[in-house]
Amino acid sequence: MLRNVVRRLAVIIPTLIGVVIVTFLLTRVLPGDPAAYFAGPTADAASIEQIRHNLGLDRPLPEQFISYVKALATGDLGNSLSTGQPVINEIRSRLPASAELTLFGLFFAIIIAVPLGILAAVYQDSPIDHFCRVVTTAGVSLPVFFTGLFFVYIFYYVLGWAPAPLGRLDVFFIAPPNITGFYLIDSLLAGDLETFQAALAQLVLPALTLGLFALAPIARITRASMLSVLSSEFIRTARASGLEPGKVIIGYAFRNAMLPVVTTLGMVFSFLLGANVLVEKVFAWPGIGSFAVEALIQSDYAPVQGFVLTMAILYVALNLAIDLVYGLIDPRVRMEG
Amino acid sequence: MNRREFLKSSSAAAAAIGLSGLPLPWSAAYAASRSDTLLLISENGPNNLDIQGVGTNRPGYEASWNCYDRLIGYGTKTLEGGGVSYDKDKIIPELAESWEVTPEAITFTLRKDAKFHDGTPVTAKDVKWSFDRSVTVGGFPTTQMAAGSLLKPEQFEAVDDYTFKVMIVRPDALTIPDLAVIVPCVFNSELVKKNATTDDPWGLEYTKNNIAGSGAFKVEKWTPGTEVLYVRNDDWKCGPLPALQRVIWRTIPSAGNRRALVERGDADVSFDLPAKDFAELKKGGKVTVASTPISNGMWCIELNVTKPPFDNVKVRQAIAYAVPYQQIMDAVMFGEAKPLFGGPSNMVETTAWPQPTAYATDIDKAKALLAEAGYADGFETTISFDLGQGITSEPLAILVQESLAKIGIKTTIDKVPGANWRGEMAKKSMPFMINFFSGWLDYPEYFFFWCYHGQNAVFNTMSYQNPEMDKLIDGARAAAAAKDTAAYDEDIKKMISLAWDEVPRIPLFQPYLNVAMQKNIDGYVYWFHRQLDYRSLSKS
Amino acid sequence: MASDAPMPASEQVVRPSTGLVATLSHARYVITENPVTAFAFTLFLLIILIAIFGPLVAPYDPLVSDTAAALQAPSAAHWFGTDQVGRDIFSRVLIATRLDVTIAISSVALVFVLGGIAGIAAGFFGGWTDRIISRISDTIMAFPLFVLAMGIVAALGNTVTNIVIATAIVNFPLYQRIARAEANIRREAGFVQAARLTGNSEARIVLTQVLPNIMPIMVVQMSLTMGYAILNAAGLSFIGLGVRPPTPEWGIMVAEGAGFIISGEWWIALFPGLALMIAVFCFNLLGDGLRDIIDPSRRT
Repeated sequence: MLRNVVRRLAVIIPTLIGVVIVTFLLTRVLPGDPAAYFAGPTADAASIEQIRHNLGLDRPLPEQFISYVKALATGDLGNSLSTGQPVINEIRSRLPASAELTLFGLFFAIIIAVPLGILAAVYQDSPIDHFCRVVTTAGVSLPVFFTGLFFVYIFYYVLGWAPAPLGRLDVFFIAPPNITGFYLIDSLLAGDLETFQAALAQLVLPALTLGLFALAPIARITRASMLSVLSSEFIRTARASGLEPGKVIIGYAFRNAMLPVVTTLGMVFSFLLGANVLVEKVFAWPGIGSFAVEALIQSDYAPVQGFVLTMAILYVALNLAIDLVYGLIDPRVRMEG
Repeated sequence: MNRREFLKSSSAAAAAIGLSGLPLPWSAAYAASRSDTLLLISENGPNNLDIQGVGTNRPGYEASWNCYDRLIGYGTKTLEGGGVSYDKDKIIPELAESWEVTPEAITFTLRKDAKFHDGTPVTAKDVKWSFDRSVTVGGFPTTQMAAGSLLKPEQFEAVDDYTFKVMIVRPDALTIPDLAVIVPCVFNSELVKKNATTDDPWGLEYTKNNIAGSGAFKVEKWTPGTEVLYVRNDDWKCGPLPALQRVIWRTIPSAGNRRALVERGDADVSFDLPAKDFAELKKGGKVTVASTPISNGMWCIELNVTKPPFDNVKVRQAIAYAVPYQQIMDAVMFGEAKPLFGGPSNMVETTAWPQPTAYATDIDKAKALLAEAGYADGFETTISFDLGQGITSEPLAILVQESLAKIGIKTTIDKVPGANWRGEMAKKSMPFMINFFSGWLDYPEYFFFWCYHGQNAVFNTMSYQNPEMDKLIDGARAAAAAKDTAAYDEDIKKMISLAWDEVPRIPLFQPYLNVAMQKNIDGYVYWFHRQLDYRSLSKS
Repeated sequence: MASDAPMPASEQVVRPSTGLVATLSHARYVITENPVTAFAFTLFLLIILIAIFGPLVAPYDPLVSDTAAALQAPSAAHWFGTDQVGRDIFSRVLIATRLDVTIAISSVALVFVLGGIAGIAAGFFGGWTDRIISRISDTIMAFPLFVLAMGIVAALGNTVTNIVIATAIVNFPLYQRIARAEANIRREAGFVQAARLTGNSEARIVLTQVLPNIMPIMVVQMSLTMGYAILNAAGLSFIGLGVRPPTPEWGIMVAEGAGFIISGEWWIALFPGLALMIAVFCFNLLGDGLRDIIDPSRRT
């Protein structure tokens, strides 16, 4: 087990080094010029050159890379041009926003996709199966910003059911005291039910938009996994012994089928965390994705580098955790360790 | 758990988390506070609360304007049409209660009761420190001060606690107006000095995130990229106390959502919506739309005269005749602009600014001119514009592209992301640009100084250098300083006529600054900086 | 053996199912068995036909503006309405089919070649080749994929070529892994050993033995990637990193139309959005159907 962990870590380190190098190169190749930005709207070529020298941007690339890595080692991810704040502060304050949105979206996806997948597996090849496939595939076929905008139009503008897409909380509510950064949890911890309801209301539409995107992989793997378990020996025995179908399906098959689904969930979560940049833009969600997109458009190096690095570390950590948990749950995997 | 139980529990959960669609119960306190709080939304928020900071964006100017005071301010006037605008010719007291002008200096007497937000009194030494800072930090603030001949710390003197003197180094009609713009604001020098470091002697890092001012509003909380929370300074003495107690400014990136919020009454004020939305909101009548032509501002096609074939005046004139002006007014601006084309003559008769050129869409004339220039078969070029202004520039570029194709000019469209645009402008490498410029000080010679003068400032995107033009611009400024109206008028008319004839910059239209507000908002005033002044607003 | 009468059914020889004929008959079985797959195939053919013949059939020139007719709702003259500069949306959607299908096909072709070769090399030759290529894949996968695509296009410039390259790079790890897994399995397989013994070079073995066996599973993945390529281009357009105007492309049309939804001109974004959705939907269903044809045991 421990050997497994150590082996995984040995693989992670070169990956992270690769990520750091690629990010650095990519942001340096971006067409923007932070020196011109800092020099201000009336600067001429000479003062821009001066500022470029001050910022150290005229030094050779390897030298810049070394100073970047040195700064990284002290936890200094640089400053953002667009918000003027240190990147590490921005990431720290924005990450919970993205995580809360993604988790909620995943929750929506699970409560729709898992039952659909189970139904599709139990009634294989029936119209229900085809319906499940069509619905989930439709969900993943729409560009996520398109769904988001239409939802805002229909549910907020026309019907007035959803609250204004003003971000995490309506302006007249104050954010709950920061414990986890998740408004839902923090407001409950503070006993503030009004804020809880307000935060929840703001979450519904963006989470739904995001969740639609995750329906297909989850439904698909649930169905596949259930199918393979349902055709296994012990289920056949259970059925033959006369156990009622409901108990067979949910009690026995589902429990065993959940393992691959759990692994996929991890993958889907990290995929969503990176992909929710567009949802955040549409719903004015102050998350890490919208921050990175704005920075990228403006060739604001530091936030993009910080964002990518954070995501890479999260992704790697998450996959390691899932592998370990999986190993804990399923002894067969452990043996192959 | 069997299937039945599973499904039952899901529906129970769904009901519990309020998906039934009932409106949320607002608390009584919340309902009360809505009436004295203004909710303002825009696409971007400030990246710095100090206009003298490095790389401060336009929203940052708004924070500076409302939270700091200046020595003097501008009064207001009512425009034809009923709107209220600042009055560039009316200077009113702010921190200075009176002043004396001699050819050598302007002496200001400061009011005795003004205090900074932390309670310390505002004295002349604070003014001196602030002015020294503005001319020393470099970048945009220093250039703006220089536009009014405010150049060196040696010009500023704190005579005593409440007397401040500005030495005049050369006669300049713009000196006094320049003292009322956002840049020469007064900082709490002791507070900032306490937070300065040896690397940062002017405390720019501190003022980036903190207001050290005496203005009508204070920043209670700033979440960069998301919102700014202002509260009123109840001890403000430089004018009548503002009606609003709180102002909340939220960043909403999507233009469609901004419109939806304003239309449904969930936001009070919205700037930067597309022209089409403003035109429709006006017609819809649910909200008030205040429309003011942007003073000293024009959208133009800018041709880099150092890049052939744009060095040939006939080519430029050909393009001026090929632009689909009316189509642009209709399909891009939806009428929300004043046309700057189709005038009687390029030899202008008045000093009105901006005023129309005599060019109008005439494809045959354009083709003829192009042939005369030797480009009967046309040529290829790139149209560049700032993606940040894409709502207007993109459809404009498409229409221009199509029209130019009719006279044989093939173009590719290059959208330059916002922050890169300034860098590209400084490089002066783009041959054909669609761009907007407006000058804070509403005088034509000011516009020409930045955009046409041979000093080749960054705003002279055409790299236009003509000694004849320089003579006219310098002459106009000198005439203004000497109050010689006759010479001034003559130089201005010649200046504009030369620009229209040479046409390195093809004027298209003067846009309106549109602001959408709920019907219960009063007191909107148009300012040259095009940002919102909270001091005059009220909500009934 | 004189009689030419047909043999009784019970004595008919059942031929083994190998070769093209067998695959085709199996395909026909799958298609007719599963209405959804049949639907997907038909739709796919329709899309290809539109991509090829669209420009001939389009009623208006997709690039010509007509500001007098701007922002008109769908009508008999303009089936899908007109956009903000008066261009006919139906024509633009038709023409865009060609560009989007081209983007999709080019992306998968590129990633198939790059990922396939890299994966086969890694799986077949092992050792350092395997290690380096796997590390490259891991590094790419550690990036949030959409942001990586954005970064590549922002750095290289927003042209169709760069969008295709970015999509290919982002999908590279997946193809590389699939190819590697398959190549690894077959490395020591009997028929490969036999080929070696008879003097075939490694290259020839890869081409004639390994590649055909990898094709089926890759083809399934390629269909899914085609859908992803189009969505990726759409997402990039939304941020301003997509194709340049006035080129008609579904994604950029949706992005441009997004601003008009609230003001009531829903058709500008809806029709290209639907076209996009139908195409991606078709490709995804196609992938599922192909999976059923290739290997029934892998049906999901």
